[in-house]
Amino acid sequence: MKLEVLGTGCAKCKTLHENVKKAVEISGKEAEVVKVEDFPTIMKYGVMSTPALVKDGKVLFSGKLATAEEIAGML
Amino acid sequence: MIKQFADYVTFSLMGLSPGQHLAEALNFFIYDTLKIFFLLIVMIYLIGLVRVSLPVERVRAYLAGKHRLIGYVLGSIFGAITPFCSCSSIPVFLGFTSAGIPLGMTMAFLLTSPLINEIAVILLLSLVGWKITLLYVLIGLGVGIVGGLFLDAIKAERMLQGFARKVYEEGQHAQIEAAEKKRIAMKDRHQFAKRELREVFGRIWIWVIVGVGVGAALHGFVPDTWFEAHLGSGQWWSVPVATVIGIPLYSNATAIIPIMESLIVKGLPLGTTLAFCMSTVAASFPEFVMLKQVMQWRLLAIVFLMLLIAFTIVGWALNAIY
Repeated sequence: MKLEVLGTGCAKCKTLHENVKKAVEISGKEAEVVKVEDFPTIMKYGVMSTPALVKDGKVLFSGKLATAEEIAGML
Repeated sequence: MIKQFADYVTFSLMGLSPGQHLAEALNFFIYDTLKIFFLLIVMIYLIGLVRVSLPVERVRAYLAGKHRLIGYVLGSIFGAITPFCSCSSIPVFLGFTSAGIPLGMTMAFLLTSPLINEIAVILLLSLVGWKITLLYVLIGLGVGIVGGLFLDAIKAERMLQGFARKVYEEGQHAQIEAAEKKRIAMKDRHQFAKRELREVFGRIWIWVIVGVGVGAALHGFVPDTWFEAHLGSGQWWSVPVATVIGIPLYSNATAIIPIMESLIVKGLPLGTTLAFCMSTVAASFPEFVMLKQVMQWRLLAIVFLMLLIAFTIVGWALNAIY
């Protein structure tokens, strides 16, 4: 499973990144977590509000944060 | 009620007497901070309930294909009412551009957005009254609309940079399907609003304290006529200078407003105050660092200059009228 955290430098984006990492631990599943900051990729997913989370190429949500528990439930 | 608490703490608990600088500053600080926090909590939550139905994707679908003139007005209005984290500026910019939305409309949205948000409006209403609030909103919208018009008139899209340029060209042929309209249950609205409240409040509470703190200091320690004496509306240069000073200063709309109130109360002319405050918010360093990635230097400089001139003119006009 590949998880991409879309977002440029702001605090919310960093928080999401942390939460995703924690969520992977909580869920116990195998996942590669990548932070994506380049615009061409963000655009490719059609995301306009960061932060956003993409799982295996599919956008789970955008424009908001989620707690580690909530994310774990989506994995 | 909050006033009584503030009075109690300042005069009874701390034993200060009215008229003393520290007393006035402290009293103002306690009263305003509490009042603002209370208002913010209520309003952010209520607005959150409504706002869940207005994501940026819907705005884009709505704006795409709209006739130019209406587009600027709409773009600006939407910018005023939709929130987004300033780090979304570029994704929004690219997203709108890829949908074929003219650059000017996108900019109308982006220019107005940091200036006008419900938090700023609430603060303004509670601190300086509805007349100035209305002025602020109209100016914010005006700057967005006129700015957008101007940028399209000079064909600013020629001055986009690299990747953004490519996106623009492709965008000219884009078809955007209408964003889905979902019925959202009250329970979900509440969840969204609650989360929004925690996030937004968590982000801005420190700014409120800073803003009110500076405002309180001005309130308590700067003599009422200081501004009049040094920067009275007689000197024409005070407005451009105020605008220019506002640029390197970065503040979001939340913190600047208590400061604005204190400046006005201390006799700084309304035009000069508004020019300064809006310049601080609209021309912000972080935002420009972002925009630099999609705009050539020329365009960036033009946008900067445009804002400066706009705020200066507004400042002069208001000083003349008031």
